[in-house]
Amino acid sequence: MAGLMLGNQAVARGLYEAGVEFVSSYPGTPSTEITEFASTYDKNEMYTEWAPNEKVACEAAIGASFAGRRSFCAMKHVGLNVAADPLYTASYTGVNGGFVLAVADDQGMHSSQNEQDSRNHAIGSKVPMLEPSDSGECKEFTKLAYEISEQFDTPVILRLSTRVAHSQSIVETEDRKTVRYEYKKDPHKNIMTPANAKPKHIIVEERTKKLREYAETSPLNRVEMFDTEIGIITNGAAYQYAREALGEKASYLKLGMVNPLPVKLIKDFAAKVKKLYVVEELDDIIETHCRKIGLDPIGKELFTFIGEYSQSYLREKILGEKDEFVQLDDVIPVRPPVMCAGCPHRGVFYTLKKLGVFVSGDIGCYTLGSAVPLEAMDTTVCMGASVSGLHGFNKAMRGEYEGKAVAVIGDSTFIHSGITGLINIAYNRTNSTVLILDNSITGMTGHQNNPANGKNIYGDPASAVDLEALCRSVGIDRVRVINPGDLAETEAAIKEELVADEPSVIICRKPCALLKTVKHKPPFRVDRDKCKSCKACMKIGCPAISMVDGKAQIDNTLCVGCGLCTQMCRFGAIEE
Amino acid sequence: MAETKAIMLVGVGGQGTLLASRILGNVLLSAGYDVKVSEVHGMSQRGGSVVTYIKYGDKIFSPVIEKGETDVIISFEELEAARWLPYLKKGGKIITNSQQINPMPVIMGAQAYPEGLTEKIRAKGVDITAIDALTLAEKAGSSRAVNVVLMGLISKTAGFPEEAWQNALDECVPKKAIDINKKAFALGREA
Repeated sequence: MAGLMLGNQAVARGLYEAGVEFVSSYPGTPSTEITEFASTYDKNEMYTEWAPNEKVACEAAIGASFAGRRSFCAMKHVGLNVAADPLYTASYTGVNGGFVLAVADDQGMHSSQNEQDSRNHAIGSKVPMLEPSDSGECKEFTKLAYEISEQFDTPVILRLSTRVAHSQSIVETEDRKTVRYEYKKDPHKNIMTPANAKPKHIIVEERTKKLREYAETSPLNRVEMFDTEIGIITNGAAYQYAREALGEKASYLKLGMVNPLPVKLIKDFAAKVKKLYVVEELDDIIETHCRKIGLDPIGKELFTFIGEYSQSYLREKILGEKDEFVQLDDVIPVRPPVMCAGCPHRGVFYTLKKLGVFVSGDIGCYTLGSAVPLEAMDTTVCMGASVSGLHGFNKAMRGEYEGKAVAVIGDSTFIHSGITGLINIAYNRTNSTVLILDNSITGMTGHQNNPANGKNIYGDPASAVDLEALCRSVGIDRVRVINPGDLAETEAAIKEELVADEPSVIICRKPCALLKTVKHKPPFRVDRDKCKSCKACMKIGCPAISMVDGKAQIDNTLCVGCGLCTQMCRFGAIEE
Repeated sequence: MAETKAIMLVGVGGQGTLLASRILGNVLLSAGYDVKVSEVHGMSQRGGSVVTYIKYGDKIFSPVIEKGETDVIISFEELEAARWLPYLKKGGKIITNSQQINPMPVIMGAQAYPEGLTEKIRAKGVDITAIDALTLAEKAGSSRAVNVVLMGLISKTAGFPEEAWQNALDECVPKKAIDINKKAFALGREA
């Protein structure tokens, strides 16, 4: 059967066909749908779960591989930093059942905090890396990754990009075949003490040589000869852009295996073409390899390290051709993403702005609290950094900011890596105030269940972390739960905890307005006679409220009746 | 050899561009084309500007569409039609919902929503059709069916049998919403 599939969906199909039996991931755009699609298959055949973070997911998958079953985990590029620790040593132990880790880079930073190139992790961990360029290859490369994993006794990384992960193209499906290995205790292979790891490192270096040999003839790497005036060495989405931009005006060496890179194959291709280009998004990894083997291609001197490429970018850079287009003379206002109407985070950020405190921010929907008009955020680095960063900030300020600084972190992010930061606050003692924004879901990535909301990936009941008890048990005595939909309660609670002479946690608990289980009230409306045009209701930055003909007006297609705006209006002009 | 054709669906997060792209992709696939559909997730429900690229032909390489490359832009909102106008090919066509949704800079009073955008685009010599898809969607039973109203409208001129569209609706729309969406499609097709 053939049909259109997202790249991520095709990876999930590949897992199923490859007989994978264990999948564990943490959500992260653009990788999330791999695991969501994996969970749509029979869980008795291919068990799937959301783990608390990428490190746990990766370690769980390694455990499943030790057990002799084909295993898998998926993450976004920054997630691989979290999972790097187990990956680098799993490279030494190798596998029993095949183990594949998918990582999705975000060229263009559509929804990420940096633009790192995951190929650096493949080189660092000495693990082979495959990179598909469309959905068909996503499925084929996934299956091939398991064969390589078992043949060469190594984890294999499958590298995606936003374009490959989130583009649909045609995929042919095949049947599932299960491959299993017996578990046998093997301390020299699986216990990485120095005595065992030293000989293992030798094996890893030999393995890289063998993999490089494999890369010379593997069907993963493909030569397409047309006009030999221009030769392009390329990978992933960049291959598709180059192929469209130059068609048969150039020849191509498409590298589907991006680590380790072949030598003879590249030299042979270079010898057949007049002008050699390396077209790779982000870092200059293929180009550097070419220089190491004595070639002098045109690479990053012409093409940028930054963002996504495209056919028109390459046409302009290589052929000097520019696209023609029409545009209006008007300035088109930007339309940035905003907190949804009814978002439970809105009241918290309004209050933080009103209080004028330092806000140590984190990764999630609530990072939108940094945008106008709320602008209530000072820093955002990575998952969990709000809590640990606030501690460092407060220590360095010698307590001066303890009464005017908070951390904000979502429920899922807190579970991911906020807990250890909170332990540090209690253990090394700062009187820090941490706000856990508990909306009962992992929101930004599109609603995944998590260990704090009492449901597993299948929506079945699961144990739920008791956040209040957890915070108390690590040494925080002041823990309270508030309703962030109540502005007076929110402000009073934050003020009280800021002045408290000990660390505290405020759990702001209200479910995401987009959850299907949340019952909404009918839209509110403005009584134009009562409205005094003071614009107080505009301060909360709700996309449903705007000024029309001098008076506030509520868009009834957007309003979900949360009632936050009614608490802003001193004239009672907003009615149910 | 069929030339590569490019369609863009543009709108505001939450307007249902993803469902519309699935319906279109389904129709094109049933017509035997190579098809690529590209979308960016993550911010899609947060009220930001969203875009989906759809390309079809004998063999499609790049899944993205660049400036000056689009045959048809289907816009779910007037300002978005103007924003993505540079992506239209010379001689291309725009179908837009006449609905206006204020972006945050307009809501906050920092910028004005430009007036008369449809006329200004037409004045540039562009073939643009505007319809009030929101009213038709509400008539069909849900303001959320704007996406399918626009699919109904495009189905008139796209040149594929109506049966293919109906099949695509059956396959892509959740069962409980199928009646409203079939009605919305019919209203768009009659418009």
